[in-house]
Amino acid sequence: MSADRCRVQVQQAAFNPGQLQDLLPPSGAVVTFTGNVRDLSAAGSVHALQLEHYPGMTERSLQAIASEATARWSLRAAHILHRVGRIEAGEAIVWVGVCADHRGEAFAACEFIMDALKTRAPFWKKEHGAQDARWVEARDSDISRAERWQLTRTGDAGTGPCR
Amino acid sequence: MLTVRFFARLREQLACEVLEIPCAPGLGTVAALRSALASRGPVWQQALEDQNLLMAVNHSLAEPATPLAAGDEVAFFPPVTGG
Repeated sequence: MSADRCRVQVQQAAFNPGQLQDLLPPSGAVVTFTGNVRDLSAAGSVHALQLEHYPGMTERSLQAIASEATARWSLRAAHILHRVGRIEAGEAIVWVGVCADHRGEAFAACEFIMDALKTRAPFWKKEHGAQDARWVEARDSDISRAERWQLTRTGDAGTGPCR
Repeated sequence: MLTVRFFARLREQLACEVLEIPCAPGLGTVAALRSALASRGPVWQQALEDQNLLMAVNHSLAEPATPLAAGDEVAFFPPVTGG
């Protein structure tokens, strides 16, 4: 098994989703997710986000999530990239790529990874609008989505094959 | 010593990113440390009484009863909003 089955990266630089997909191993089913910064939020227009993280814990958390995905589903790869620092509206902020033999596992694992990331990985968004900046509040809907997978906030130890 | 870190909104509220605190018998758990920090003043008390705050010890999410030992890194932060 490739050591790269679980790969996580936190970086400031912009990324190209196509180039990241090219790094995934050959497989029957590839599901990728790219999250982009919206230019509008409930609080108003958004020019950019400032992403804060917890160096060390953030990478560990993402690794645990990728590892948990590979433990739950039969995956050939689970890769996660998340940007930090200033990210302009319209730019990509997060990317997940999952490879499996069949689509069912790939779809489920990709959605699981995003739901877990949204509620467990230590990132914090600050929205910069035309006049002001404000911290983004956590959303109950994200917690509800994560609970579908029976995630727990203490369950970040990860027991998958990538540990 | 304990290293204590604060992130995001909480870091701004406290105007503090990191603290070094000597270990003491009364600081044996995350909850005890939180209480001690809250006694630093009104701003600290108000910020740390937020029941939604998350806690981590040595880069793993922690509970109030999680024990602390010399050299541990403890973090307090608001609910996460990545993705």
